[in-house]
Amino acid sequence: MGIPLKDSLKHYWKTFSLNELLKGMRVTGKYLLDRNKITIQYPEEKTPLSPRFRGHHALRRYPNGEERCIACKLCEAVCPALAIKIELEERPDGTRRTTRYDIDMFKCIYCGFCEEACPVDAIVETSLFEYHFENRGENIINKQKLLAIGDKYEPEIARMKAADAPYR
Amino acid sequence: MEFISSLWYAIPEVLRTVIVILLQIVAVVIPLILTVAYTTYAERKVIGFMQGRMGPNRVGPRGLLQPFADTVKLLLKEVIIPTKSDRYLFLLAPILALAPAFSAWVVIPFSENMVLADINAGLLFILALSSLGVYGIIIAGWASNSKYSMLSAMRIGAQMVSYEIAMGFALGGVLIASNSLNLNDIVHAQSGSIFSWFAWPLFGLFIVYFISGVAETNRAPFDVAEGESEIVAGFHVEYSGIAFALFFLAEYANMIMISALTSIMFLGGWLSPFQGLDFLINIPVIGLFFGNGIHWLALKIAFFLLLYLWFRATFPRYRYDQIMRLGWKVLIPVTFVWIFFEIIAVALGWQPWL
Repeated sequence: MGIPLKDSLKHYWKTFSLNELLKGMRVTGKYLLDRNKITIQYPEEKTPLSPRFRGHHALRRYPNGEERCIACKLCEAVCPALAIKIELEERPDGTRRTTRYDIDMFKCIYCGFCEEACPVDAIVETSLFEYHFENRGENIINKQKLLAIGDKYEPEIARMKAADAPYR
Repeated sequence: MEFISSLWYAIPEVLRTVIVILLQIVAVVIPLILTVAYTTYAERKVIGFMQGRMGPNRVGPRGLLQPFADTVKLLLKEVIIPTKSDRYLFLLAPILALAPAFSAWVVIPFSENMVLADINAGLLFILALSSLGVYGIIIAGWASNSKYSMLSAMRIGAQMVSYEIAMGFALGGVLIASNSLNLNDIVHAQSGSIFSWFAWPLFGLFIVYFISGVAETNRAPFDVAEGESEIVAGFHVEYSGIAFALFFLAEYANMIMISALTSIMFLGGWLSPFQGLDFLINIPVIGLFFGNGIHWLALKIAFFLLLYLWFRATFPRYRYDQIMRLGWKVLIPVTFVWIFFEIIAVALGWQPWL
């Protein structure tokens, strides 16, 4: 016969002692007694976010309160999902400012190209990712809302920008 | 008190017996259902821990109320009956699966005198009822009029029939050793000390029995009947709400049943492992723990249930032909050989377990 008796006996011993099954059970048993779980209890605990995290959009202002956006429409042009809609007007002092700045959050793919394209760092993606819409139409975020978010989270946005600055 | 007792004796005797039996049944079934509920909780918790997760921990302290939340959810869900199913059999099937799983508990001796029906053919009764359970499942698979259910039902049918044989032979070994089919007598035959348990002389049969028990209840790694990746959920794909819950209940009641039977037949049931060590049993209060009693049966059942969960967290699912091979070509020959040597030992009057 092909298989030597010794190997055959060894094989039978391995099978009938359930050796390999017990080895597997030892591994899972070790994890059963291990108190160190990797679970993050989400609403109470959160994972650390990268400074490059791309969440909800915001429009920033200069420290003197003037809005940064100059309506250059670069973000509108670069947006691959065509989610941004801008209309503009010249002010009496000769500067260009937007009259309308809408982002459709359903179209947006959070690629961050608008942020990259912006010459004045006006449109940014914040680290805010817990938001929801309750009614139809709320997915379109207008200029007032974007500015309000920018005002509210300005310290955090500035901190994230500063943290990422050395790597850009 | 006087009033209540006079009221009690005013009831005709036949009715009184019926009431007492009904109360006894409730006293068995309610704890059984609670155990099932907490087995599902333990399952999710233990498997979670083994996978480095936390398991359910939101409903109540440490998630302890999770089973009740699940029950409420299942009760409130709609029972959808597929249009082309056989309505009558579709609704009958869960009951056919559940009834044998529960009624087998009447012959289980929980303690010295705690047994609902102390019948002499207890072991046969259990074999008969555990075979009946397969009807519920096959009928469910057929009545659903779904290909997945049908496939699963065929798999279960073949699997349960095959493993019943290995199981029956393992029980035959116990029968030879204990000289009785009465479960209480089987427990008594193992009294003496921890070394009188049948698990030692019948070690092979003990392992074979538990493995075929796992296969019999269609649990991992023998759960091809439910193989999620191939046939969705098996025979109960079309069931929802409380009809599904009944199948769930039957599956877990069967698991607990197999654990209880393994403890009774091989690990001495309600016998304490410390029996014979009188100095421990004679300690005033702690001695009660070391003595015989229902708590030892409960602990042994809990141990086997943990093994069930442990298997599920550890082993990948067997392929169908491998299951058949293991049942017919490995487990049955092993029991044959073991029983053969056992019979020789008995014929020569060499009975280490007596």
